[in-house]
Amino acid sequence: MIALLIRDLRLAIRAGGGFGLGLAFFLLVAVIVPLGVGPEPATLAKIAPGILWVGALLSCLLSLDRIFALDFEDGSLDLLATSPVPMEGAVAVKALAHWLVTGLPLVLAAPVLGVLLNLPVQGYLWLVISLALGTPALSIIGAFGAALTVGLKRGGLLMSLLVLPLYMPTLIFGAEVVKRGAAGMAVGTPLALLAAITAGALALLPFAAAAAIRVNLR
Amino acid sequence: MSIWEYANPKKFMQTTGFLLPWVSGLAGLTLAVGLIWGYFFTPDADKFASTVKIIYLHVPAAMMAISAWTMMLVTSLIWLIRRHHVSALAAKAAAPVGLVFTVIGLVTGAIWGQPMWGTWWAWDPRLTAFLILALFYLGYIALWAAVENPDTAADLTSVLAIVGSVFAFLSRYAVLFWNQGLHQGASLSLDKEENVADVYWFPLLVCITGFVLLFVALVLARTRTEIRARRLQALIARERVA
Repeated sequence: MIALLIRDLRLAIRAGGGFGLGLAFFLLVAVIVPLGVGPEPATLAKIAPGILWVGALLSCLLSLDRIFALDFEDGSLDLLATSPVPMEGAVAVKALAHWLVTGLPLVLAAPVLGVLLNLPVQGYLWLVISLALGTPALSIIGAFGAALTVGLKRGGLLMSLLVLPLYMPTLIFGAEVVKRGAAGMAVGTPLALLAAITAGALALLPFAAAAAIRVNLR
Repeated sequence: MSIWEYANPKKFMQTTGFLLPWVSGLAGLTLAVGLIWGYFFTPDADKFASTVKIIYLHVPAAMMAISAWTMMLVTSLIWLIRRHHVSALAAKAAAPVGLVFTVIGLVTGAIWGQPMWGTWWAWDPRLTAFLILALFYLGYIALWAAVENPDTAADLTSVLAIVGSVFAFLSRYAVLFWNQGLHQGASLSLDKEENVADVYWFPLLVCITGFVLLFVALVLARTRTEIRARRLQALIARERVA
């Protein structure tokens, strides 16, 4: 499983340029929004938590089809399915690799973009914490969506339709943490619920995703 | 005599072929009685004037929208566990019906909300949860349409129905957390003191019954269509081989 993780990380970093693209997209969202809504600092500060979370979610979504599609095309997914590693484990590892190359850079870059969007000072810590807790859920939910659509020729658009509704609870709690943090309120409740969603998704969704992949490889 | 007999398509077609005209007729009758009674023979409410009467479409449609998803969840589970094709086809047949009920609920709500709340749409928890439910229906239908092999499609959509149910449920409570609502609380519960007045309650009951029957009739008819389509494909495939 560790070998698989290292292989996926190498592929992501060396080939195809998937690494960094999500990050660039995240930066673009943070640049485009002020151009659209105007540069007033008060307005930006008000919408910054939501925009940063929506941006993180969208850049995660963009890179999802890379989780399984390439491996499905060149047949390595079949090899994985016949290997001694259970499919559930392979899915979890692939989601982890996706998080390391997409989610983690987002978490680290978010404070910088927070400056662009004039996020209030109290919000930075909670922005990083909420993204660190929430993006793993985005990766594993996305892996499930990618597993459902892996056999399809043009699955990308369909996958967005399937995955975005599944992202909603994560988005609501994640953005709520930053919003409350930025306003200086207590963040315990939404933070706990966000962590609960991540923990539940990490525990259960690998099974659903593995089932979907087995069906698609049949 | 067990319910699993109807997993046999032939038996299912026989029984439903006999039942369908009766269920459809009964649905039409109850709906006509309920709606005419509701629209023409109940008084206007003092606060809401005649807008109160949209309740006869709004409430049953919303109830059935949720029930339809529940039915899809159950039939999907039956398909995954016992591999009865009729069950998977019933889930497929119910999805567009459920989507239409969801849209009816949203649209009648908007039409009522305009004069009453002064807005077509508010990000109220119930409204938002329903919009999310509509998106889940859309995704489910799109996945059925996208996958060519019928067994693969049935498997994938079943998994989606299960995961989707969990997340739809989560979203339902997440949006409660996210915004306070304009929507009134439940007023039809069996165990509460303060319910909607009897004048509205009885025609509403008739309408709910009518919507349930309508749903059953539509799903049966659509499932029969799916079974026939499946038979047709089998025939064509056999022709090609011969």
